[in-house]
This record gives sequence, C-alpha cells and structure tokens, in this order.
Amino acid sequence: MSAVTETAQAAKPARTVSLRGGATQKLLAFASLILLVLFFSLASENFFRFDNLIGIMLSTAVIGVLALGSTFVIITGGIDLSVGTVMTFSAVMTGVVISFWGLPIPFGIAGGILTGMLCGFISGWFVARMQIPPFIATLGMMMVTKGLALVVSGTRPIYFNDTPGFSKLAMGTILGIPYAVFVFFGLAILAGIVLNKTIIGRYNFALGSNEEATRLSGVNVRNWKIAIYAMTGIFSGIAGILMASRLNSAQPALGAGYELEAIAAVVIGGTSLSGGRGSILGTVIGALIMSVMTNGLRILSVPQEWQIVLVGLVVVLAVYADILRRRKK
Amino acid sequence: MDIPLVLMEGIEKSFPGVHALKNCRFELRAGEIHALVGENGAGKSTLMKVLTGVYRKDAGTIRYKGKEVEIPDTKAAQQLGIGIIHQELNLMPDLTAAQNLFIGREPRKLGGLLLDDRRLYKDAEKLFRQLNLNFSPDTKVGDLTVARQQMVEIAKALSYNSEVLIMDEPTAALTSAEIEELFRMMGQLREQGVGIVYISHRMEELKRMTDRMTVMRDGSYIDTLQTADTSINRIISLMVGRELYVNTKQAAPRLNADTVLEVKGLSRGRAVRDVSFSLKKGEILGIAGLMGAGRTETARLIFGADRPDAGEIFVHGRKLVIRGPHDAVRHGIGYLSEDRKRYGLMTEMDVRTNIAVSSYGRFRSAAGWMRDASMDENAERYVDSLQIKTPGVHQIVKFLSGGNQQKVVIGKWLTRDCDILIFDEPTRGIDVGAKTEIYKLLDELAAQGKGIIMISSELPEILRMSHRILVMCEGRLTGELSGEEATQELIMRYATMRITEPDAKHA
Repeated sequence: MSAVTETAQAAKPARTVSLRGGATQKLLAFASLILLVLFFSLASENFFRFDNLIGIMLSTAVIGVLALGSTFVIITGGIDLSVGTVMTFSAVMTGVVISFWGLPIPFGIAGGILTGMLCGFISGWFVARMQIPPFIATLGMMMVTKGLALVVSGTRPIYFNDTPGFSKLAMGTILGIPYAVFVFFGLAILAGIVLNKTIIGRYNFALGSNEEATRLSGVNVRNWKIAIYAMTGIFSGIAGILMASRLNSAQPALGAGYELEAIAAVVIGGTSLSGGRGSILGTVIGALIMSVMTNGLRILSVPQEWQIVLVGLVVVLAVYADILRRRKK
Repeated sequence: MDIPLVLMEGIEKSFPGVHALKNCRFELRAGEIHALVGENGAGKSTLMKVLTGVYRKDAGTIRYKGKEVEIPDTKAAQQLGIGIIHQELNLMPDLTAAQNLFIGREPRKLGGLLLDDRRLYKDAEKLFRQLNLNFSPDTKVGDLTVARQQMVEIAKALSYNSEVLIMDEPTAALTSAEIEELFRMMGQLREQGVGIVYISHRMEELKRMTDRMTVMRDGSYIDTLQTADTSINRIISLMVGRELYVNTKQAAPRLNADTVLEVKGLSRGRAVRDVSFSLKKGEILGIAGLMGAGRTETARLIFGADRPDAGEIFVHGRKLVIRGPHDAVRHGIGYLSEDRKRYGLMTEMDVRTNIAVSSYGRFRSAAGWMRDASMDENAERYVDSLQIKTPGVHQIVKFLSGGNQQKVVIGKWLTRDCDILIFDEPTRGIDVGAKTEIYKLLDELAAQGKGIIMISSELPEILRMSHRILVMCEGRLTGELSGEEATQELIMRYATMRITEPDAKHA
C-alpha cells in the first residue's frame, strides 16, 4: 500500500481469547464424558478401577487413532470410508514384511505406515485430480483394500510368533499402562499440532470452509487435498500396526465397520461433516465417550445388542445438540 | 496530464451467443473514485472480470501505469496490484480474519515447519490499524457482520499492495452506519493514492463519493463524465438511452375484476420490508427493481419457500397460512423461478414427468400405480397448446432450449390448475425469438383470467408486458405506476430511491 498514514491511532484491537464456537462444543463433550464416567462409577463399583480404566483406554486406542486420521479428511468436508480396511491391509503388509520376508520389526512398521500412506494418497489423488466424490473414491478404496488384505494373506491370519518383540509394541507397559495408550495420546498431541500449528492444518480448515475462495487466494488446493488424504492414510497404517501387535497377528477379515465407528467418534467430538470446523481434542473425547459407553454398559450387563442401539442414539443426539446450539447463535 | 493508472481500450469479449463487451474503454487515475454505471447486464462486471483476469479479453489493450500488460489469470492481477471485492464475498467463514488475510502466504517459523501465528496476528493488527478497523483480527469471519467481512476483504486486497481496488456493489447488504464506515475508508484510501472502481446502482452514493463516472450500456462504452457536473437524470438517461420497444399490449387493466391475491405488510429481515399490494384476475403485474431489491424474496414469501417475519396473504379474499410451497400450490399459486435448471425442472427427466410432477395425485390409479398413459396425454396437450418444440413427451428436458424449458415449467403449473402465476425473470437466458413467444403466452394466460406477477430486470420487458408496475428498492415498495404512465426513466428513479433510516444497531 502506498504511503500509509501511521498517525491513525485506532483503538488497539483487544486480543480476545475466543471461547465461543469450538470451545463450548468441546466443553460440552467433555462434560458429557465426565457425566458418563460419574454415572457408571455410581452404578457399578467395578467401573472406576485402574484395570478397567486402562481397559477402556486400550480399547479406545485403535479406533481413536483411526478417528484422529479421519478428523483431517472430515474437516476438508470430505469423508474417508476406507480407514478401517486400509488399517487391515496395513496390518497384513506389516505381517508380510516381518513374518513372510523375515525382516526386522522396524521394517514392518515402515511397511505398514507406507501402505497406509499410499492408500490415502491414491484416494486423495482420485478425489482431487479426477474429481471423484470422496464417498465413492474411498468406498472403492475400502473394497479394494479389503480384497487385497485377503489376497496377500491368503485369507489366513499372519502370526508374529517368531518375533516376540512385536506384541510389545502395543502391549508392553509402563506403570501398568500399555504402550498403545501412550501411542494414542502421543499421536493425538501430534495431530493437534499439525492441525493448529502447521500450514497443512491451516489449509485443511480453509479448504473445508470455502474451497473456491482458498483456490482464488492462490493456494494449490489439489495438492494439499492429496496430502491430507495421505496423512489420514498414515494414521490408518499406524492403527493397523497397533491392532496387529495387540492381537499378535494380522487378521485379514477384521476391520470393516471400524471406519463408521471412527466417523462416529469424530462427529460426537463436534467436527462438522460439512467441513471447516473440528478439533483433535473433540475427537479424542468423542472416541473416549464411545468406549466408556460400551464398557460401562457391558459392566451393567446390558446386552451387546442394546449397547449398539444406545451408541447409535448417542451419535444422533450429539449432532442434534450441536445443531441446536448453532441455531441459537 | 499524468499517466492513468489503468487504461483499457478497445476491449472485446464474447461468450457463446452473447457479445458481452464491444470496443470498451475505461480509464482510472490514481487517487480517484471512479463509478462504473449501467443497467443489469450492461457489461460492468464483465469488464472488471477482464481487468482482474477472471475472463480473458478477445481483443483490446490494457495499460497499467502506461505499460501494456496481459492479465491471463487472477494471480497476475494480484501481482500487478489490482484487487477486487466481489459482490459475493470470497472468504473462509471458519477461519479468523487474520487467517483469511494471509491465506496462501502465512508467515512461518522453525524452517517453515510451523505457522508463526504471533507474526500473523501482529501483521494483521498492523493492517487493521492502518485501516482504522476496530475489531479483533482473531475473530472468526463467520461471526462478523457482513460489513466487517467486507472490510476484511478490502484489507486482504490491500495487503497485496493493491493500487487498484474494484468494489462491486459493496453497499448492497450494508446499513447506513456501515456504509458511512465504508465511505470513510474509501476516502482514506483515495488520499493514499489508491484508484478505486466503484460499481453501484445507488445514484446518491455515486453523486456523493465518486470523482468521475463511466457509463456502459449493452456492452458498449457510452461516456465518461465528471460527477460534479452531471445530474442524476442525465446519468439515468445515458444508462437507459436505448430505443424503447413499442408498447404492443392491447388489454387495458381491468379495474373491476376480482382481486385474486392480496398481500399486506409482508416482511422478512432486511430483504423484504412491509410490502403490500394486490393482484387482480387477468392482470399482469410487473415488479421492477435492481438486483437485490427484494423482488425474488417477496415472491418466495408468497410461495411459502421462506417464512415471513410478519404479514398476511389473502387468496380470493381468504386469509392463508402458508407453511411451505405445498400450501401455496394447494391454493393455486405457482412460482416459476429465475433459475429454472435449479429450482424449476428435473433436467435429467423427461418432459412428461416434469409437467406432471406437481400433480402426481391425479395420475395415480386407485391401487397406487402411476398411470403413464394419462401423463402422456396430459403432456401432449400442453406440448400442443404451449407449442413446446420437442421431439416427443419422452424427451429429456435438458436437451430442450431455454424457451422450451420455460414452457415446460408453465405446463407444470397449468396442469396443477394454478390461477396465480409468479414469473421470476421469465425470459432470462432465452433467445430473442423465444422471448416473443413467452410474451404471447403470458398475454394469453392473462386473457384467460390468470393473475400474473412478473418479476423482471429488463425494463423494456416490464414496460411491454405489465398492466401495472410495482418498483422495489431495498426490500420496500418505492413506487407504483400504471402501464400507461410508466417510463424507463421513472422506473429507474424509483428503483434507486434509497430511504435513509435510523440504523438498526447490530453488533
């Protein structure tokens, strides 16, 4: 701008900490989590115990990591239906590297993560370059990876019996807490940093908020979108390794349906399926709410069939509460 | 005489079927506010889109500070220092103002690994201070008023060191106080030597704020004038100045006919404010006004597509509660949207289905099966009577021409026995020959006793067709004219009549 008058002494805009919007939703979700924990603790003395709480965390880990990854794609306004089976395929590839090829564990880990990333990259490429709707592109990827997992493994589980260290990856403990729990929370912190502090995170929100405006601002929208899908793939790969380690085997038939639970966790956490809004903290809380509910209901001897019904209702109610709150504004 | 900041000469631009810009000329000096005026469709926006690289010119030259330049895309315009604030804002509502300002060029730290949000907000605050904006740059854009969103757009455009700023109808959605804020900012920028192109229909604003004016009409350059020496009447006559169509309508307004529709005090937000009028049997009531005057919004309220804040609607003297389009349709009101493809037709389906869709109940057998034969028969009747040019009733609608698609929509509402028809821009995107046919059809429908409301931005069309004309501006009815007394000048006068009002205070 040419020759700007610096004399203008406008009132210095106060930096307000924006407690609106996302923050209240997170607070709300967090309060619901606390309420649930309180409720189950009062309802059964078996709930609020160290080993049960650890059990909840452990069962959150795999779905939680998938949900972390899904958060990125969902904030762009897209969806990734393939995270569950990409996880399975990544687990199988880890098994192939370690058990079939006999390579050391780190190679297996790299193989699993690369598999996930490649799958995400391909989905992203179809979405961004070929303009295939995310629902379709990732539905295709879901089926392809489901099939490939069976093909590569010969439809049988791959066991890690020759590498006893592998199961330690998820199940080794510090202070009685399994590594998988640390991995989940560690990844959550990392995902939070990526989403809020890095350029890819910023474009992630921008894309979901108004893709055309982002494009007109000179951002290479396509490439960033591909990168975001690839990142979601990386999280699926890590989830696959955790899963395989926990079961000490890569189960090629497992994994379908996990993507929906992951999406449910993301949505309970207040991330908008229409894009532009969302948070990692919300997703973590969402994932915890789901496993607290499942665990608590099981302790109260609610039949598993009814557990599913109740979780389904919670998903819808959580989103409705968000819509109500938004409408009031 | 110093070199103009921008000089466009001999600009030509054609789209399939339309010669949008014909030998256009435009000159902008540094430190001036230059109005670009003309009727809807005169080519103002197209010309500015050529300047900002959204469209590529077919011929002509653009000189920037005396040097000839090519502007192949929006990025090139940005680099030259030409910024535009579009009519529809181009922001990301979920990001903060500061994040929006620097999208695509965020400051970074740690070797580019992390975003440097402290610097981002510091830079944004600096920019805000320079522009005297007194709200926080870390507010989410979606939480800002439209006026402030606009300020963010302006700040964004200026942060590219823009020396040319194009504003396309910036005041359309603002209150008087917000407009004052905008004007203060424009004055400040002018002093700093920025050249501002200001597109607006509001004559008083143009008189007050601009230094010069360029008038366009039908894609051609008409004249550039000193604002101070030019009267509003002179500008309007230059804008309109084409040959008037001969008024061919024969039917006189039927003064003693029954009132079919009456609207009292209809209001919705700022878009529609206290609108009252009535429509008689066999009457064509034209509603004129500029874009954003609230005409379509009024029609949508009558049709039940939106809920009014206040107001009553009477059909044949009976008060109606219209909860949604289904209620309106049940009472014989049909609405023909200006955007036929989106709101009027199922373009992937055939003619017969489109004509039948609002009256499916009639084409159903007692057992619930659809009776294809009677749908065919009905469609064929309207293909005949409306002279829809189609190879058959099974033709997919998207393969028909615009005029024939419009006739299919008319057929749909006639099948439903609607006696009140609201036409929103009935001839938009329809070629000249087909227009005459649509006009004839409207006349015939009126002669059969239908009550017709016709919303149109084309003044000759309004003048030719209407028995009576309502003029709207900013959500209000500002004038009512009989078909005889109406002239283009008079309509434009009412259509630009802004009513100053004490401001609704809203954060």
